[in-house]
Amino acid sequence: MPAIELKNISNFICRNMSLKIADGELMVLLGPTGAGKTTLLNIVSGLIEYEGSVLFDGASVDEIPVNRRSVGYLFQDLALFPHLDVASNITYGLKIQKRRVDEIEARLDEMLNLMNIRHLARRYPKDLSGGEKQRAALARAIAPSPRVLLLDEPMSDLDVLTREKIGGEFKNIQRKMGVTTIYVTHNHGEAFFLGDRVSVVNKGKIEQIESPDELFYHPKTEFVARFVGAKNILKARVIEINQHEAVVQVNNEGPGQPVKIRVKKYPVFEKGKEINLCIHPEKITLKKENKVPDANLNRIMGKIVNKTNNGNGLKATIDTNGMELHAVIPKDLFDFNIYENVWVCFAPDAPHPLCGKKCREPEAGRKCLVTTQVEG
Amino acid sequence: MKKIKAAYSLIPVLVFLLIWEMVTRLELIPGHFFFPPFTKVIQEFYYLTISGVLPDNFLRSLSRVLIGFSTGSIAGLLIGILMGYKQVINKTLHPIFSLLCPIPALGWLPILMLWFGISEMLPIMIIFICSFFPVLYNTVTGIKTVDKNLVKVAKTLGASEGKILSTILLPLALSNIFTGLRLEAGMAWRVIIAAEMVAIPTGIGALLMRAESLIRIDIVIVCLIVLSVMCLSFERFFIYMEHRLTHKWR
Repeated sequence: MPAIELKNISNFICRNMSLKIADGELMVLLGPTGAGKTTLLNIVSGLIEYEGSVLFDGASVDEIPVNRRSVGYLFQDLALFPHLDVASNITYGLKIQKRRVDEIEARLDEMLNLMNIRHLARRYPKDLSGGEKQRAALARAIAPSPRVLLLDEPMSDLDVLTREKIGGEFKNIQRKMGVTTIYVTHNHGEAFFLGDRVSVVNKGKIEQIESPDELFYHPKTEFVARFVGAKNILKARVIEINQHEAVVQVNNEGPGQPVKIRVKKYPVFEKGKEINLCIHPEKITLKKENKVPDANLNRIMGKIVNKTNNGNGLKATIDTNGMELHAVIPKDLFDFNIYENVWVCFAPDAPHPLCGKKCREPEAGRKCLVTTQVEG
Repeated sequence: MKKIKAAYSLIPVLVFLLIWEMVTRLELIPGHFFFPPFTKVIQEFYYLTISGVLPDNFLRSLSRVLIGFSTGSIAGLLIGILMGYKQVINKTLHPIFSLLCPIPALGWLPILMLWFGISEMLPIMIIFICSFFPVLYNTVTGIKTVDKNLVKVAKTLGASEGKILSTILLPLALSNIFTGLRLEAGMAWRVIIAAEMVAIPTGIGALLMRAESLIRIDIVIVCLIVLSVMCLSFERFFIYMEHRLTHKWR
């Protein structure tokens, strides 16, 4: 039985959303601003009205008001009570629950230790840094032992280093406490790092729910693909289907001549069918113009028009006769110059159709390997 | 350091009093102004205090201010809380209060004289009206400007409406409420003096009018100094209270 279940939730933003979250799971809602992520949190918490049904541990909570739903809610602005010190903020919910004084003190002690903020207990929110506020607000949310923890972009105001540090700490705490959590963010890196599963939300609808790996390598729709950072989306038409492979003609605007590529055969392929194919930049390799690519690889001639630093690698933008493709190449293997002609190479199993699990072969419970090779 | 700063701020006042004393002693102010030296004013203050005239009139004014101000403030606070917290009450009462609020407190004097006559109720009611509206509107503003997310957080932590009001909204609205109280504490003294000058035979305002008719500028100045000190004291009291209650977290 799922710890949280949303059945056909609708309101002014959400459109017939359904979602099941297992006990102790950390579900991330990923999507752009205005997609309905925060609205969904408000619905789960009971702060706004909705149609449909919200169930906690199989029991409907639709008639239960927000103050009796037992949810911990961490708002984007953290919303620490400015007139209460950290200790009083943390114990606010416990006092409301009229717990015994010794129990409150013990729980406060536990929270201060868990969040490593013992030294901040008597400080007021105005005297805390962003990260300290974060910890205090999280402690306040989990102190009353809520059934569900809701977090609304809590790390959006933090710098990258603090975000990574607190993100890691939060993940550990969430696992340790085993509290079922819904975490909202618009940052796919944060979503993949934190989430047991990720739901991509767009225009009030859930587009796809997957584990981070599955979502990244097998986005179901063009929106999901683009939102998780897949830039190479090829609009293609299936023109030939063989035993293990298919040949598709890429129809993106730009190429002077249609480009034909070989693609691993997927169940959804039908001759003449229009499909969207996604190739992750990490799966593309580049070869010098005068080198003959491996015959097993697809190859498209193009010109490097831009290169940018992408952390460990270099991100190259290649113009293939009007169609732009993006490749991420390890820095130590990148020996190309800008405006140099190169072969853009990728294996037939690199492109995959944007249609989610149903596209894949039953036995193919595989994960695509990120193989980046550059042959000079 | 604080004592040095306080002493420093006293220097201009002492210089001003010294110039006042010298200018009047040297008769640099024309005689028809009847302007007394500062020491004469102090002397008169002493006589008025010893004779009981000043304490009697002062206590009458003080009691009127305290009763009118506290009842007006409490009423403004309670209705302000309701209006700030419940939108339906705000929508119902706001149009009525919007019409009544711009009327100056002394504008009510003719009606109140007809209703209550020349009695203790008259100045008290004027102070009540004078205090009610500013405290009401500052309370409404204070409650309405509390971050809505704080209320939502309190709700998710299990707080009832009453708890939210007492533990979140009122403490956070204190600053606005005290602004209203501070402004009206001074205003109450100004209004009571005006009311006593016009319609009431007792109090500092009435003493002021009698001194004017006797051309006793020294007594007039004594009354004005008492008024000034009381306005300042009341305002300072509320500044102090606000600081006491909110400085830790603001």
